[in-house]
Amino acid sequence: MAVTLSERAAKHVANYLKKRGKGVGLRLGVRTSGCSGMAYKLEFADSVLSDDIEFESHGVKVLVDPKSFPYLDGTELDYTREGLNEGFKFNNPNVKDACGCGESFNV
Amino acid sequence: MALLQIAEPGESAAPHQHKLAVGIDLGTTNSLVATVRSGLAVVLNDELGRPLLPSVVHYEADGRNEVGYEAQARQALDPRNTIGSVKRFMGRGLHDITHRESMPYEFESSAEAPGMVRLRTAGGVKSPVEVSADILRTLRLRAEVALGGQLVGAVITVPAYFDDAQRQATKDAAKLAGIPVLRLINEPTAAAIAYGLDNAAEGVYAVYDLGGGTFDISVLNLSKGVFEVLSTGGDSALGGDDFDQRIFCWILEAAKLLPLSVEDARLLLTRAREAKEYLTYHGVAPVTTRLNSGEVVDLELTTETFGEISQTLVAKTLQPVKKALRDAGLTVFDVKGVVMVGGATRMPQVQHAVGEFFKQDPLNNLDPDKVVALGAAMQANLLAGNRAPGDDWLLLDVIPLSLGLETMGGLVEKIIPRNSTIPAARAQEFTTFRDGQTALAVHVVQGERELVSDCRSLARFELRGIPPMVAGAARIRVTFQIDADGLLSVAAREQTSGVEASVTVKPSYGLSDDEIAGMLKDSLAHTKDDAFRRALKEAQVEAQRLIDAVQSAIKSDGELLSAEQRTRVEAAIIKLQTAALSESRRHLTLAMDDLEAETKDFAARRMDKSIRRALAGKSIHQLEAAGNPSQTQVSKGEAE
Repeated sequence: MAVTLSERAAKHVANYLKKRGKGVGLRLGVRTSGCSGMAYKLEFADSVLSDDIEFESHGVKVLVDPKSFPYLDGTELDYTREGLNEGFKFNNPNVKDACGCGESFNV
Repeated sequence: MALLQIAEPGESAAPHQHKLAVGIDLGTTNSLVATVRSGLAVVLNDELGRPLLPSVVHYEADGRNEVGYEAQARQALDPRNTIGSVKRFMGRGLHDITHRESMPYEFESSAEAPGMVRLRTAGGVKSPVEVSADILRTLRLRAEVALGGQLVGAVITVPAYFDDAQRQATKDAAKLAGIPVLRLINEPTAAAIAYGLDNAAEGVYAVYDLGGGTFDISVLNLSKGVFEVLSTGGDSALGGDDFDQRIFCWILEAAKLLPLSVEDARLLLTRAREAKEYLTYHGVAPVTTRLNSGEVVDLELTTETFGEISQTLVAKTLQPVKKALRDAGLTVFDVKGVVMVGGATRMPQVQHAVGEFFKQDPLNNLDPDKVVALGAAMQANLLAGNRAPGDDWLLLDVIPLSLGLETMGGLVEKIIPRNSTIPAARAQEFTTFRDGQTALAVHVVQGERELVSDCRSLARFELRGIPPMVAGAARIRVTFQIDADGLLSVAAREQTSGVEASVTVKPSYGLSDDEIAGMLKDSLAHTKDDAFRRALKEAQVEAQRLIDAVQSAIKSDGELLSAEQRTRVEAAIIKLQTAALSESRRHLTLAMDDLEAETKDFAARRMDKSIRRALAGKSIHQLEAAGNPSQTQVSKGEAE
């Protein structure tokens, strides 16, 4: 399995990286916190760490640390617009239930 | 689910802890709100995808109001209750507002509303702060919907020439709108940030801001990441609307139209604006319309013709530019970059004229309508704490005039020098001047001159309850603190007793830009004169201190002087008192030398006496300590 970006998400990430002027790709992760146990991490990556699991999706390098990977395997990151708001959305098949806003989740 | 943005490495926010911050350009004609999404500054559009919010508020009798395009649409029908360009009234009294008679508003008389102007509307009496708050509230709601949460704060931009009263009014409006203000920053500074000039080479930059109805030019100096406003200028009645007017007149003439009805005039003005905007990207603009009167207008406006009919307007903007450079003591060759701000700078003839004047291509690749809001958003993002690790620069503003306090003899002791970056806090220790002095008057002043009488008085307060001590023994720490918005608080604390007093300087004491410029000019012109007067004053203060010291010495140890010596000392005191009244520093110094010579012997004898006394005291103390150790223990414990 893998962690992927939708084409639209990849386009936005590539654009942000270009404007930012530095960074090798995108880092996805999870950490324990929030109202339902776990929360996503979504950050620019300035370097590849030795134990990172690497993916390439529509030309964008995606990095996941090995501890987070079991919780994210199969996830597709999408970019969507909801009314005036727009941003990235994790479509994660591992999630059993999430808090109302979806920012933290349980597997 | 909530939509996420990409954070800087290690900066992912905990769920529900996103630091949502925005930049707000609260403009005279239009306002905008912007934020940083995934590291990129973007303007937040309304539901219909429009970035601008016209700075217009319409008040209804039932207490409701409309803001933006809806209000703008009511302007023609209900001008009295539709407030536009309210920014011109911010922090202004009735007497500050010119051309009041040409405005459709009903102002409260100054007797009813001392201080800031107030407007009578169907929805009640409104202050400019309330009207601005209604605009800001609309922007806040737009931002909260778009970002999906509550704002931690906003950076709001103000013109560089805004004084304290106008800045405070802007802050008050934000507070009223429920927006925590992270900082107010100058519009030209925000534009420069949007272009990343804060990371660019140090040097002088000009910001040319031609908006809908106002023109501003600012000359900034960037040094160590700090923008200092060197000079500002402009024309508060010149903007893109005047270019529309020129085209409108040209249409009337070219189509040989008779005087028009109000509706037809409005229609033609709209066509004129469309033609202007079309010409930004095309060489020829069609002007075709059918008027209500039945007449048909079918013309073509070329770039050349538009250039000709608007030539004087463009030239009119360059006058303030020249003046601003002159005020800053610079020439066009000192200017490293020119930033274009305001929709009207899209016009090719404006671009061309500015480029020709500064002998370089102006920076124009960002949307000139949005550039100020974008810069403010970038600053807000940093202030809210969303910065990348190691990227810890913080843009600072500077205070325009030195802040200090009055010392003996009406002299100014500068505590925070002008062009210091803010926020700033500095402390200095002062002491008492007379024996047994129990109070100290603190007089806070602003200005560059050496004498208090030539500076602006900001505040006075008294520190009372200083324990009586000999002159010079008290240690009074005076702290000046300026917050990020330029508001000053001053505190005085006597260190041994801990008594304190403080004051926060009310913004109504703020200086206008002209006053600041005038005061700076004065200080340069009077540098030599001031130095002389300062030296004289200092000598006078020193003389008084010497007289006081000698007199108190005679009082306590007069028996050490022979009758003859005492007469001579007293004569020298009188001579010095007379000299202190004269304006001659030389006489004063001579008289002081005389008195010092006369009292030299006396001082030596007093010294001997006090040493003997001290020694005697010590031996008694030692005896006591040896005889009663438990008592020493106790007193030692107390000392700790």
